Amino acid sequence: MKQMVVLSGKGGTGKTTVTAALAQLLKPVVLADCDVEAPNLHLLLSPQADKSFALKVSRKARIDPQLCDGCGACAESCRYGAIVASDPFKVDAFSCEGCGVCGLVCPRDAVAFFEPDGAEVYTGTTPYGPMVGAELAVGEEASGKVVTRVRMEAQLLAVDTGLSLVIVDGSPGTGCPVIASMSGADLVLIVTEPSLSGLHDLGRILQVAEHFGVTAIVCINKSDIVPELAREMRERCRATGIEVVAEIPFSEGIVKSLRRGLPPIGNIPDDVEEPFVRLAGEIEIRIGSKVG
Amino acid sequence: MITVAAGKGGTGKTLVAVNLALSLQRAGIETLLVDADVEEPNDHLFVKPAISQREEVSISVPRIDEALCNRCGECSSFCAYGALATTHDRVLLFDDLCHGCGGCTLVCPTKAITEEERVIGVIERGHTAGGAGFMQGTLEIGEPKASPIISAMKGRLDPGAVNVVDCGPGTGCAAMTTVQGSDICLMVTEPTPFGLHDLLMAVKMAEVLGVPSLVVVNKDVPGDTEVRRFCAEHGLDIALSIPFSMETARLTSSGMNLVDSSDEWRRLFYSLYERIAPMARSGGGLP
Repeated sequence: MKQMVVLSGKGGTGKTTVTAALAQLLKPVVLADCDVEAPNLHLLLSPQADKSFALKVSRKARIDPQLCDGCGACAESCRYGAIVASDPFKVDAFSCEGCGVCGLVCPRDAVAFFEPDGAEVYTGTTPYGPMVGAELAVGEEASGKVVTRVRMEAQLLAVDTGLSLVIVDGSPGTGCPVIASMSGADLVLIVTEPSLSGLHDLGRILQVAEHFGVTAIVCINKSDIVPELAREMRERCRATGIEVVAEIPFSEGIVKSLRRGLPPIGNIPDDVEEPFVRLAGEIEIRIGSKVG
Repeated sequence: MITVAAGKGGTGKTLVAVNLALSLQRAGIETLLVDADVEEPNDHLFVKPAISQREEVSISVPRIDEALCNRCGECSSFCAYGALATTHDRVLLFDDLCHGCGGCTLVCPTKAITEEERVIGVIERGHTAGGAGFMQGTLEIGEPKASPIISAMKGRLDPGAVNVVDCGPGTGCAAMTTVQGSDICLMVTEPTPFGLHDLLMAVKMAEVLGVPSLVVVNKDVPGDTEVRRFCAEHGLDIALSIPFSMETARLTSSGMNLVDSSDEWRRLFYSLYERIAPMARSGGGLP
């Protein structure tokens, strides 16, 4: 089984659109929506839910007001500023990282820990293969752990169904959720756009891929918006040995199909489908060549 | 403190934050533009600031003195993040998993653990060409945790200025750390099912933090009723609409600002500020 993760650095470049099109063109595949802080893939692929389960990923401290005598030892030791020095002392749950130090130093044993529900993880069926996603509980912060679990469930589904490719729709940025969706992947597809921000963020996400030793290829979306920047992107990629495997021009047709909640292939003009087909072919070559 | 957030990436947070800050500065209002999207900071591309101060942000991570360690396993069993593992002949530390809580140092009975600083990013401060204050944080490549940098930046807000904070995408740790304590959140959305889905997630996140939200619709389409119906249904006010045009897309892609392109835009962003000013001056989020 191979895993490809779709990333971008900058948000809104078209990760989910490209992921949906690739699912249509490379089906059957296993799909994992790992942009758990802003998941959108289900809006295009409309999975029929099969099962779901609650996932706990965080631990939070709570101070027993009956036992607390306000000595302040917890506040002194907390590195996250999560102890509110009121009477009685309280824990700011959003700042608490569940490390346990307050419980360790409390002389009155007044601190207890609880695990709130962090996310609802679901598996479902789409016309292009099984899909895994998650709905983050409002206020849950530990999205990296949820990403790891979504990927694990997707890999299990691939084993169960005998499918050879997992496509992971990742999140923008370079931090925890991105690292969790990239580690151990076979290929990173970076979807970028020719804007100054896109160019700047492409540089950073390529460094992250290199840092974690994952091969990256690039797709330039909305490639005709600022042709000079697209040219600069191509040149920078060539200079660093990164392949630009496809370019998708801006198309009203794609915007319209997204607004109707439909995946691109079959809902956009033939000439706009063509670069998606080429991209799918390039991925097949790279994923296939790695087998055996 | 005005925070510009969205949930979904690429809706135009940077566009709104930068243009709002520039219109304030041009109206003679003391302004600090803060780029808290530390994973992909882009405001600098639009305001081309002169940076005068640069400081590193670090977290404390443990170092184990193998001569003193008796491999009792207290540290690894205490660690809530799985960052330490005790084997028969040594204790292994997984740097990337460490949150720097200091618990292992406290529990070690042989005082074999000391702490050292690991740099995870930088904060840079300076001014825009027009004289607005500027601050940005940048997370080191390969570092997972953005929130310590964001927290450090929030400790450096300007109490005498209107602080306009550009928040990263998402609704998790980084976004929550940014939004917490804000007076108001401008939520930038786009009229697509994606934009609206993520708008709702972001508004709910702000709500649990006790921060009120106002909506800015970017890439707006004339005659589109969906986004307005959605906002009405969820009790959200739309404070500004920025229509879609290829011209705007090209302008912003090339690093230019709407407020530089016409007086009309400067007026619109300033009236956006006037609308939220009563809420934005309470000093929330300030140290």
